[in-house]
Amino acid sequence: MHPSLTRPNVPDRLELRSIRKAYPAVVANDDVSLRVAPGEIHAVVGENGAGKSTLMKIIYGIVQPDSGEMLWNGREVVIRSPAQAQRLGIGMVFQHFALFDTLTAAENIALALPTTPSLNALSDQISSVAASYGLPVDPARPIYTLSVGERQRVEIVRALLRKPGLLILDEPTSVLTPQAVEKLFEALRRIAADGCSILYISHKLNEIQSLCDSATVLRGGRVTGTCVPRQETPASIARMMIGEDLPRYREATQAAAGRTRLELANVSLPTRDPFGTALADVSLGIRSGEILGIAGVSGNGQAELMSVLSGEQRLVEHGAVRLDGEAIGHLGPAERRALGLRSVPEDRLDQGAVPAMSLADNVLVTVNRGRATRCGLIRFSWIEAYAKTCIETFGVRCGGPAAHAGSLSGGNLQKYIIGREILQEPGVLIVSQPTWGVDVGAAVVIRQALLDLRDRGAAILVISEELDELFDIADRIAVMAGGRLSEGVERACTSRDRVGLAMTGGHGAPSLHVKEADDAVAL
Amino acid sequence: MPLHFEARTKPSAKMVWLAPATALALTAAAAMIVFASAGLDPVQALATFVLSPLSDWYGVGELLIKATPMILIGVGLSIGFRAGVWNIGAEGQLTIGAIFAGYLALRFGPGDGIWVLPSMIVAAVAGGMLWAAIPALLRTMFNASEILVSLMLNYVAQLWLSWLVFGAWRDPAGFNFPQSEPLAPAALLPVIIEGTRANISVVFALVAVALGWILVGRSFVGFQLRVTGLSSGVARYAGFSPHRAVWIGMFAGGAAAGLAGVGEIAGPLGQIFPTVSSGYGYAAIIVAFLGRLHPVGVLLSGLLMALIYLGGDSAQMSLGLPSAISGLLQSLLLFFLLAADVLVQYRIRYAPRGRSALGAAA
Amino acid sequence: MSSLVAQLIVATLVAGTPLVYAALGELVVERAGVVNMGVEGMMVVGAVAAFAVAMATGSLGLGVLVAMAAGMLLSLLFAVLAVSFNANQVAVGLALTIFGTSLGSYLGKSYVGMALVVPPSGLGAAAADIPILGQLHPLVWLSWVLFTATWFFLYRTKYGLALRAVGESPASAHAIGYPVIRIRYLATLFGGALAGIAGAYVSLVYTALWTEGLIAGRGWIAVALVVFATWRPGRCLAGAYLFGGATMAQLFAQSAGVGLPSELMSALPYLATIVVLALISRDETMMRLNVPASLGKPFSI
Repeated sequence: MHPSLTRPNVPDRLELRSIRKAYPAVVANDDVSLRVAPGEIHAVVGENGAGKSTLMKIIYGIVQPDSGEMLWNGREVVIRSPAQAQRLGIGMVFQHFALFDTLTAAENIALALPTTPSLNALSDQISSVAASYGLPVDPARPIYTLSVGERQRVEIVRALLRKPGLLILDEPTSVLTPQAVEKLFEALRRIAADGCSILYISHKLNEIQSLCDSATVLRGGRVTGTCVPRQETPASIARMMIGEDLPRYREATQAAAGRTRLELANVSLPTRDPFGTALADVSLGIRSGEILGIAGVSGNGQAELMSVLSGEQRLVEHGAVRLDGEAIGHLGPAERRALGLRSVPEDRLDQGAVPAMSLADNVLVTVNRGRATRCGLIRFSWIEAYAKTCIETFGVRCGGPAAHAGSLSGGNLQKYIIGREILQEPGVLIVSQPTWGVDVGAAVVIRQALLDLRDRGAAILVISEELDELFDIADRIAVMAGGRLSEGVERACTSRDRVGLAMTGGHGAPSLHVKEADDAVAL
Repeated sequence: MPLHFEARTKPSAKMVWLAPATALALTAAAAMIVFASAGLDPVQALATFVLSPLSDWYGVGELLIKATPMILIGVGLSIGFRAGVWNIGAEGQLTIGAIFAGYLALRFGPGDGIWVLPSMIVAAVAGGMLWAAIPALLRTMFNASEILVSLMLNYVAQLWLSWLVFGAWRDPAGFNFPQSEPLAPAALLPVIIEGTRANISVVFALVAVALGWILVGRSFVGFQLRVTGLSSGVARYAGFSPHRAVWIGMFAGGAAAGLAGVGEIAGPLGQIFPTVSSGYGYAAIIVAFLGRLHPVGVLLSGLLMALIYLGGDSAQMSLGLPSAISGLLQSLLLFFLLAADVLVQYRIRYAPRGRSALGAAA
Repeated sequence: MSSLVAQLIVATLVAGTPLVYAALGELVVERAGVVNMGVEGMMVVGAVAAFAVAMATGSLGLGVLVAMAAGMLLSLLFAVLAVSFNANQVAVGLALTIFGTSLGSYLGKSYVGMALVVPPSGLGAAAADIPILGQLHPLVWLSWVLFTATWFFLYRTKYGLALRAVGESPASAHAIGYPVIRIRYLATLFGGALAGIAGAYVSLVYTALWTEGLIAGRGWIAVALVVFATWRPGRCLAGAYLFGGATMAQLFAQSAGVGLPSELMSALPYLATIVVLALISRDETMMRLNVPASLGKPFSI
């Protein structure tokens, strides 16, 4: 049935010719061409902001290109909607999932099928697909009760039931543990072996090398190279991706970690939100001059932990949170900020800044005591000067303090938000997903700023999904799984595999310490 | 459709003020259509509608008297609306203000103590705030929609007033009409422009505009309210209490409406009727939106809405149209404004589609 | 069955029916993620349109149809602003209510105080002997048919599933190929049609005369009922009759000579709405699980 990779005269499954898409502020895709053969696993590589997402939206019919051609099995097509893309045989697995939380897995899948089979017949179909690709799914469970990995399987099975000729996966491993990534790759290889082409979007070079047959590299909206990843090195692909060698961080000049600044003691927090995670007996301590990294798949209690630390969630037990020994569990975010405990939330546009307000106004969100106001009135000149300092210090590219926060790119806004907090020289800083969706240049600036702040003696907590980031900057690493937090272990005493294993939870909380035996293998 | 609405990267500053002007023009056009369909000369009827109320000083005074409650309440409501606190209960809060002040006036008014009027004002403001506190309390304690609760309370307040005026407060010498006895002079607001009915409450409205401007435009509290309205996530992260925003928003509206209530019975009405408001509580919602939730804008839109009220009266007298036309035009104005606001956020672009919608393989 | 109980039941059904229509319509709208607070306005316009047509033609059926069309026209106005142009749904809904109420008083000016004299409907005459049911107007029957159909649509058809999915996550629904905007338009129009019928029922059947303020907040109570029902049709029906019963209880209490002021009795439905809203809304977990997740939030591609 399916034409294979090697057969000549078989048209490409998908071919793009000179695709261009410009937005008022930026050219997202410029002269982008690529070809995917039937059964090929093709990577689209590029850093955040390179135009990968726009390209996928064009292929999937969510966005219309300004110019360029698209060929499907050798015939020119214009795809106007996701519905049309699906009819052609294009399936998509979204990074943040296109699922309905309160509906069951089976209902979610039924919604995407052109016909309406009975629920029993559908359950049989789901099980058979699940079995043949190793993607177990329980059809009867509502989505909100599933783990992130299970949700992804629902999406993949949903796409597969339409028997697609091309499956697009957008950063599919960002939510998975290293072990789950392996299982996913096995399934994807089987899917490709059955003749379905795969477009795999990622910025993780080691994954691309182990999975993909070929790759198209994007930078600034343009194709900067195509390659067979197995014949390249991560460094050579990275050069195509960012145009230069991967930047390195300045050597730390840090002294040994000092006294404990912030402490959390046995915090249990039942959740009132049915979609949330309860915290179970969480304890931690952050010392001055260290960065404590918290690894884990999102949705395992990180948001709840963050709210307990920042003060958005106040606790009845005042002493459960202590700053320099003082009980602060009952204090709100503003009061904790006044004591030198600051935080940077995960979501830039929903929490960190008001998109429709100017950068200067956004200063007041967290910097509003002391000189920012007088007698309850705003000192506009002061907040403008503060915004200016922040823009200059952290190299924020924008239209000045009067620019709306929403007009900045993700990386620049993130630099601005983190800069706004760092300029206040906080003694303790809690940061969630500091470089999520941020370009490499901005990520380096942000991580360097955190390292510098640590070297000046601050106690820093970084919650991140990116293991690489934590192994880059954290001094100690702890793992969050199922609302529980493991103890923090020196970075040198653990490994990615150990951390990955702990992220899956279960197994009676495995130790993060690399055992003697593993040590030899890991080194 | 070849017309495309393209989101602007940043709202058009020009359109922010052009939109109300567009809405006004469209409303005038709609008014002319209504006049024409009633068999009148549209241009002349519009002129009568707009100009005749302002032909003398008395008319100007009437304009001020009508605009005052709407400006007062409009300023109060816009503070809440900015914070996403939807107080739809100004009509009821005004009524309660009138009831509280009316009680004092009827009980102590006949003596001519100078404290009667000030205490009426305090009571009215307190009454409006009390009535507004009910939805605020239910919202902060039980998360009940303040829109629905405040709206329901309008009917309750109205029924309470009816019960009083049809019962205990009915004037024994009033030929059995449902109305109280006239308020004593000591309980009436002093007139500030000779030959008109414009009284001191006009000054209250101006003070409210000034205070509102400081709060909304210059103060940190105003900033907190705006952030709360724009993004609950940012407000939570910043530590701005959403409950506090609800209380401030509801109290601002309630106090202003209560003040407007005493302004009615101690001003143009001079006694208490089963209905003390000509729909000012609802009209003020339009005033607030039309004025861009900004006190200075509210001042202008309040005057405009008052003119439409007066125009409705003259349309009834000299054109033979139902005075309900003013409500119709006011609400049309709000609709047109919401429509014109699309231009603030979007750019309209004409872009015909070249290629056929179906691909070869579809 | 004693005749007083029968009377009470009939009266409850009669008084609850406009709420059944209006709340059921709004429920479908909100299930698609849209809050249309203009129900009151659409009911007023529906009521006056139906009354005017019935006065002119003598046909109740035609009056109801015109009321439906009027309600849909207003809801279309809402949809254009709130669904297509992402204007604030609360603001547009309020505008619609203010507009509908004003339009109603403008158009209804000449009918104030007039009563409708119509022959009893066909079904009523044929079935008059059946206790309780026989006394009910066909529009009451129709409300049950519509309720059943709506329930079946929402929970037993794929289109209903798609509508609920749109209310849950329009972005996801769009991503898997559903026309979110079109679905929201259709839901909004359905809500408009039902609000129109609800208004027609009040002016043609319930009072059969026209006065200013005829709808008296029933549209708002319907919006509150949807919250009370936690967006489930069955509870919506029960809630509507509960309020219908409360409205009727005051009349019976008055005729029985209960010594409470009539104004207090009239205020009961509004007070009850407030109490019920507070009781239901306080359970955060239940609200979170039942409220359509995208409710009131605009969606654009």
